[in-house]
Amino acid sequence: MSNETLNWTAVCKVGDILPGTGVCALIDDHHVAIFRLGTDTFYAIDNIDPRTGVSVLSRGLIGNLGEHLVVASPIYKNHFDLRTGACLEAPEHSVRTHRVQVEGDEVLVALS
Amino acid sequence: MKIILVGHGMVGHKFLEELQQHQIPGAEVTVLCEEARTAYDRVHLSEFFSGKTADDLSLVAPGFFAESGFKLRIRSRAAAIDRRARTVTTQDGETLHYDKLVLATGSYPFVPPVKGHDRDQCFVYRTIEDLEAMKAAGAISRKGVVVGGGLLGLECAKALRDLGLETHVVEFAPRLMAVQVDDDGGRILREKIEALGVHVHTSRNTTEITDGMTARHRMVFADGSHLETDMIVFSAGIRPRDELARQNALAVGARGGIAIDDHCRTSDHDIYAIGECAAWRDQTFGLVAPGYDMARITARHLAGQTDAVFSGADMSTKLKLMGVDVASIGDAHGKTTGSRSFRYVDECKQIYKKIVVSADSKRLIGAVLVGNADEYGTLLQLALNGIALPTEPEFLILPASDGKAKPGLGPDALPDSAQICSCNNVSKGQICTAVGDGATTIGELKACTKAGATCGGCVPLVTQIMKAEMVKRGMAVNNHLCEHFPYSRQELYHLIRVGGIKSFEDLLARHGSGLGCDICKPTAASIFASCWNDFVLQGELASLQDSNDYFLGNIQKDGTYSVVPRMPGGEVTPEGLIAVGQVAKTYGLYTKITGGQRVDLFGARVEQLPAIWEELIAAGFESGHAYGKSLRTVKSCVGSTWCRYGVDDSVGLAVELENRYKGLRAPHKIKFGVSGCTRECAEAQGKDVGIIATERGWNLYVCGNGGMKPRHAELIASDLDKAALIRLIDRFLMFYVRTADRLQRTSTWRDNLEGGLDYLKAVLIDDSLALGAELEAQMQHVVDTYQCEWKTAVSTPEVRQRFRTFVNDPQPDARIVFVKERGQIRPARAEERDHATADSMTV
Repeated sequence: MSNETLNWTAVCKVGDILPGTGVCALIDDHHVAIFRLGTDTFYAIDNIDPRTGVSVLSRGLIGNLGEHLVVASPIYKNHFDLRTGACLEAPEHSVRTHRVQVEGDEVLVALS
Repeated sequence: MKIILVGHGMVGHKFLEELQQHQIPGAEVTVLCEEARTAYDRVHLSEFFSGKTADDLSLVAPGFFAESGFKLRIRSRAAAIDRRARTVTTQDGETLHYDKLVLATGSYPFVPPVKGHDRDQCFVYRTIEDLEAMKAAGAISRKGVVVGGGLLGLECAKALRDLGLETHVVEFAPRLMAVQVDDDGGRILREKIEALGVHVHTSRNTTEITDGMTARHRMVFADGSHLETDMIVFSAGIRPRDELARQNALAVGARGGIAIDDHCRTSDHDIYAIGECAAWRDQTFGLVAPGYDMARITARHLAGQTDAVFSGADMSTKLKLMGVDVASIGDAHGKTTGSRSFRYVDECKQIYKKIVVSADSKRLIGAVLVGNADEYGTLLQLALNGIALPTEPEFLILPASDGKAKPGLGPDALPDSAQICSCNNVSKGQICTAVGDGATTIGELKACTKAGATCGGCVPLVTQIMKAEMVKRGMAVNNHLCEHFPYSRQELYHLIRVGGIKSFEDLLARHGSGLGCDICKPTAASIFASCWNDFVLQGELASLQDSNDYFLGNIQKDGTYSVVPRMPGGEVTPEGLIAVGQVAKTYGLYTKITGGQRVDLFGARVEQLPAIWEELIAAGFESGHAYGKSLRTVKSCVGSTWCRYGVDDSVGLAVELENRYKGLRAPHKIKFGVSGCTRECAEAQGKDVGIIATERGWNLYVCGNGGMKPRHAELIASDLDKAALIRLIDRFLMFYVRTADRLQRTSTWRDNLEGGLDYLKAVLIDDSLALGAELEAQMQHVVDTYQCEWKTAVSTPEVRQRFRTFVNDPQPDARIVFVKERGQIRPARAEERDHATADSMTV
């Protein structure tokens, strides 16, 4: 899929996301978690934790488990792969991933 | 088959547990229990004085009788046996038929027949009732005497000392513990006990007890001297309760006790006798291990297994008397023909060690250890297993010197058959098997093998065997925090403090790998806070905090947070209460009173938190740290200020302590309680740190817990003034912060502490690791750098702006929906929520 066919939304400035944490953006009524790893790597997944139906994944701690870059849901600590959206403990609770890019100072997200 | 058990003590109950496992078809079991309560742990009876209750000491698992179907009769003494009719008649006149009868009547305390032995305030030391009576008498006495300087007598002396009495021990023999210890050992033991403030009088034969001049009683001795005291406890040995046997012409031992054969049968083969009431080859056994052995053998015999036989018992013992290690193995006095001994005496450190070896110096046959019994486990195994001694056996007890390693006995040297736990007859092989089956902590091993579960003397050896077996099975004793750090929390703490490390990035670069995770990040953040106490949301630290610490609130099931303002000691003014109520009303929050004497406000959305806290701070409140692994509350009763019974100002102390330790980050949450008198209305003994006022100061209890696995806190020091109390709590908390595992409460930490309470006392009170001043200084740093995190958060713009639901939209999370219940809000259930949000949700 090329960039032209994607619908990019500017959600915030790079500086709005503290390195090593996430924020939640509202895009077309959709809750999206955007994470910043280090200074210049970004990932986006659904913010809603499928196990509980609660909009919290952006508030989880991020890190790695083996090869997986993950966020741990703050409710029951289940882990989601930031690159694939897969829930490591229960695949049926996996989430969608979304595209993120940075243009200048802006963080842009395109829903998948 | 009708089985009647007479006596429900430790051995009687062990018999029932064994019997239950055999599931003998058609067996109907009736238990006659003379005491008002079922079996309890008499080995640890003295702990009744250091805070344990009768329930704590109970040996009967809840539901045991319902599950087993065994019928229990409390307060039911067997008064007579009719062997021909095979019946037992109780003291109430009821007659019960038996096919097999098991006597486990135990023993009674021997009271020397001196004139006046039955005066008021004269006691024996055997049952919980005896202890309750002693406790009551102790409260109105100044001075107490224990008659008998044996093992039990010294336990009893400790109890009197714990009651705050001037304590004396009067012994007939020329030394203490005459059976287990020789003259030199007895002398060292005496010096140590006297140094602890207990007066020892040996070679004293009491001839009469009369009215005293300065105290209630005067004890007159055969040498003409006398001693005055307010209460007397007789602990001059025990005698088997064999009267039922004597009444029924059953054979008895030469020195008393119901005679039994190798299957524990009496001279009537339908009657068995087990425990302290039984005499095997004219010998009675006053220890629990042989009694348990007899219980097992009898249960097996009743189940038709005749291969199990009683073959005597090892009477070796190791115990700690008032903090003094004493151990005795086998032929401690070297009475065996041709035996020789090696002795080591250190009069400065007051240590005495002796080993007795066979005539050919090949085998160890006995030992005495006083003042330090570290070698007990090794020596006992050498003696029990007949392991060949090294050519220079003296090095077994000599202190290690340069270049000469102590010939220890690694677990590998022991045969699989070696009995490690003699109380519960657990072999090395059984422990190794259990490790293979997945028991990899001492707690799990205790639960599944019972090794170390009774007297606990073998726990160090069991731990060694467990670790060795884990290594052997490649289960490498791995206490690594997570995949990113090959260190335990304690090691990581050390690395951070010594290396002066203040950032996770630095920590990871120097000691770890990968990116970190939800285990190591909060752990590191907690250690940074304990060590340096910087603002937890400052810079990089913020990214290490889990959601609770990041938003300084407790996340709830719907993603909202709860808010808990600190109310030190549970004290709050009417204005304060109104302010809290006003905030709850303004923001529509659910309010509930917590178990820690404060108010919890639920249902706050992320973006509401700063405004809520601004209002609370304006009303004089601070963060309650309910979200942190840190000090929560100091619960208190109203104490002497209001209460008719209070003896000191518990609220005042609670407020002071809460203000001192608020904000301290720890491996897990910490709760305190302060009670103004022994009625203990603040439930301090169920807290990590519990303080109870006494007439003479404060008693400090530590490592208690409520919740899932309740644990009574243990008394660590008595009658402290406030400065000493605070110094000790400083040390305790910092030592815990330093050494505990992640998410390990003080109670579990204590259960896993090698050396237990005595070790903790040595470190905190005697300063055995010379850490005291350092721990106090570290605590003072935390106290001096305290800040209210909420105050800093609301007044720091870059922190405050993080409290938002959406980074790109000011609207709240429409998925958070409340419904009303009992006049307040609660989170909507999924079906209620979907209904309520159907209109607003389009994706």
